[in-house]
Amino acid sequence: MTMLRLEGVTANYGHLRALEEMSLSLDEGDILAVLGANGAGKSTLLSLISGELKPSNGRIFFNDVDITHLDPFQRVRKGIALVPEGRHLFASLTVEENLLVGGSTRRQGSWSLDAVYDLFPFIKERRRSRGGQLSGGEQQAVAIGRALMSNPALLLLDEVSLGLAPVIVRDLYGGLRAVANEGTTLLLVEQDLTEALGVASQVLCLLDGRVVLTGSPDSLSQSQMITAYFGDGESAHKSERS
Amino acid sequence: MVWTNAVVQGLLLGGLYALFSVGLSLMFGVMRFVNLAHGDFSVLAAYAAYVLVEHAGGTPLWTFAAVVPMAAVVGFFLQHFILDRALGAGELSPLLVTFGLSIFIESALQQGFGANNDSLFLGPLSYQSWKITNTLYLGRLEVIVFVVAVALISGLQLFLSRTQPGRLLRATADNPRAAALSGVNPRRVRALATAIALATVAVGGLFLAMRTSFTPTSGSNDLIFAFEAVIIGGLGSLWGTLLGGLILGVAQTVGSQINPADGILAGHLVFLAVLAYRPQGILAARNAAL
Amino acid sequence: MSTLEAPVMTNRTVKRYSRNSLGALGIGAVVAAVLVVLPAFVGESSINQLTQFFSFLILAIGWNVLAGYGGMVSIGQQAYLGIASYAVLYLSLHGVLSWWAAPIAIAFCGVLSIPISYLAFRLRGSFFAIGTWVIAEVCLLVVAQIESLGGGAGASLNDLNRFSPNTAGDVTYWVGLAIVLISLASVALLLRSRVGLALMSIRDDELAAEATGVNVMRTKRIAYVLSATICAGAGVLLILSNLEVQPNSSFSVQYSAFMIFMVLVGGMGTFEGPIVGAIVFFALQQWLAANGAWYLIILGAVAVAVTLWLPRGVWGTVDPRNRRSLVPLRHRVSVSATVESGE
Ligand SMILES: Nc1ncnc2c1ncn2[C@@H]1O[C@H](COP(=O)(O)OP(=O)(O)OP(=O)(O)O)[C@@H](O)[C@H]1O
Ligand SMILES: [Mg+2]
Repeated sequence: MTMLRLEGVTANYGHLRALEEMSLSLDEGDILAVLGANGAGKSTLLSLISGELKPSNGRIFFNDVDITHLDPFQRVRKGIALVPEGRHLFASLTVEENLLVGGSTRRQGSWSLDAVYDLFPFIKERRRSRGGQLSGGEQQAVAIGRALMSNPALLLLDEVSLGLAPVIVRDLYGGLRAVANEGTTLLLVEQDLTEALGVASQVLCLLDGRVVLTGSPDSLSQSQMITAYFGDGESAHKSERS
Repeated sequence: MVWTNAVVQGLLLGGLYALFSVGLSLMFGVMRFVNLAHGDFSVLAAYAAYVLVEHAGGTPLWTFAAVVPMAAVVGFFLQHFILDRALGAGELSPLLVTFGLSIFIESALQQGFGANNDSLFLGPLSYQSWKITNTLYLGRLEVIVFVVAVALISGLQLFLSRTQPGRLLRATADNPRAAALSGVNPRRVRALATAIALATVAVGGLFLAMRTSFTPTSGSNDLIFAFEAVIIGGLGSLWGTLLGGLILGVAQTVGSQINPADGILAGHLVFLAVLAYRPQGILAARNAAL
Repeated sequence: MSTLEAPVMTNRTVKRYSRNSLGALGIGAVVAAVLVVLPAFVGESSINQLTQFFSFLILAIGWNVLAGYGGMVSIGQQAYLGIASYAVLYLSLHGVLSWWAAPIAIAFCGVLSIPISYLAFRLRGSFFAIGTWVIAEVCLLVVAQIESLGGGAGASLNDLNRFSPNTAGDVTYWVGLAIVLISLASVALLLRSRVGLALMSIRDDELAAEATGVNVMRTKRIAYVLSATICAGAGVLLILSNLEVQPNSSFSVQYSAFMIFMVLVGGMGTFEGPIVGAIVFFALQQWLAANGAWYLIILGAVAVAVTLWLPRGVWGTVDPRNRRSLVPLRHRVSVSATVESGE
């Protein structure tokens, strides 16, 4: 069943067109990895789905309900949670408080403090530390945990591995695999291909605000992805409205 | 001995100032602007109590039960219908709107009640005192006000640190974007902050009206004192605010002891000195948004 | 951001004045000339009223520099108004004819505002607004204790009594007109200078401005000092026309209410806004003055309503692109493009 559907969505920042006529559909249980170079529009796509950015054109449906005009907090209550780029923990709140704020929506589901601590045991011992005192990896785990506390049906993750050591990235992705196994649909934005392709059931490549490639990880060749990632040289300039 | 007396009286007064400040810093924490009509709402509460007593009689003490919930409701609607709109209308708008509101409230009160001093008289409680030494008397009302003020501030601190709504307030103050992404309704949180702010400032207004007197324009001073206490104490914790209030109160009473006309000026000068030498405030929390 | 691609020949001229703005300048010059000779044609009371109007207009111009262009809301500019009034009083008590004292008092306030700015600029946004207010209150409390200047009861300015009321009124009127014109000219010059551009870029995006090398603090300080100097002009004019001062009224926060009202209603951050706002305010005051606090009630309500529903003010709504302005803020680039056709 289709969970998320974007129909001809366009997004602008002022005069800059960040995403052009984007259409996308995601089924329940899918794990979609969105790839693309810096500035390709990946975070913009997530902002549109999470509701922080409103499209200038097009519609967004979640479980066949039009959510185009809903605010971010309303979408969380419908089951869409975003782990933003840069983690954005509440620096002055403890780890446990961060998680409890995530659980304020009272959506039904299986996530609880204990379940999050089971998923990422290394944050349990830091539960009384403030968000601002954590290492990058711990922060990322708390950010994921906080999003899970709202019992999302669709979890959006923006560059989970950015700036983190491979060991911790492996731990985090181990957790995400477990989350996916419970039936949560994932949409991952990544620059680091290896981890993302390891879990993804589908891949989408963005270039300059357009979808240039889609498919399953197995069906796409290395060179196809590299071309999609860097462009073929001719279209490597920003598209702009004038 | 007169100095001990001045300091003690200043501490008692400072507890009340701190009560004016907590709402101001709570709203600032969540919305990043100072409600310039903050003090006027305390005066509004005092006039509401004044009118209630005049019509229904009895001691002014019972009006707490009516005025404080009313203030919270007013805060809720103020946020929903005016301040939320102002927040969306540009960076300077909340300031301009609340200043306009301040002028509106002050002149409306002036039109309705004239420019006279009024007071909420509590009977004997207004002048009875406890004798500590031959030269040190503690007014009973002053002590009660102080104790209630400190208790309220402590209760509010407990509410912020231990309850889920308190956490949501702190989370929103810390990182509004992340709060919204965690499913927190920002409008609801802002309305809660303003409701609490107006309720606490109403309590402060009633107490001040019982301790001394009020005029339609005395809200300006209330605002300034609340603001000074916040800056002196340092943003980021209610304990800092309490400390700031106490310092301001002591500065004022010691100042008046030096020269009766200089009390308020002394408070201002302490504020300016803190601004010049320790602009982050005396007890600025390094890592807290509220 | 947009780039034109070949084959297009472009021919750009930067126009500092549009045709409309030259027209506005012409109208302005005519109005100014009429105002200069006006005392020869109208009676004393009208002249005095115009002088009152000038003092409000000056306040509006001064506050607009700070808030409209500098993005700083102050509710303490009455400090400079009061100090300037008292400086005139002080100088007149020491033998300087009040009219000559005017420029000295204004310059004094301008200089004084520099050290004060170092204190006030420790605060930002809302806190700056109230901080400036506290500073004004301190000035009030200090001045009220200076017995030689009348203490809390105030004092009157006597040295103009030796002139006939008519002469005194006319000279003060011309002093006021001169302050108005100089204020307007200095704002126009500021806006067209590098500092003005820097100011505008800070108002639009402070971080970006700083990143491009704008000295944010210095630029804001210049706006603050200019605003203080202009507000001092109003203070000078008020004592010259009222011939008395009293601390509680000279340093009254109500002046801030007036300034904010005028600038909001006229259009914040526009050159003409304060003029429009001052006219509206003056009319409202004349009309409602008899009704006690009512005009302040209306003032407050209108300030709230305008901020929420007419944020550009009257002038900003009439002329949203700043086309008819005396001082077009953006230098207009007119591009005459010739597309080379391939024929
Ligand atoms: N808040 C903003 N204001 C203006 N332009 C923006 C804003 N956010 C993003 N952009 C622009 O939109 C385009 C897409 O940005 P986006 O953040 O979606 O890229 P991204 O694929 O997430 O890049 P990265 O890998 O660096 O995070 C970029 O050109 C960027 O400069
Ligand atoms: Mg990104």
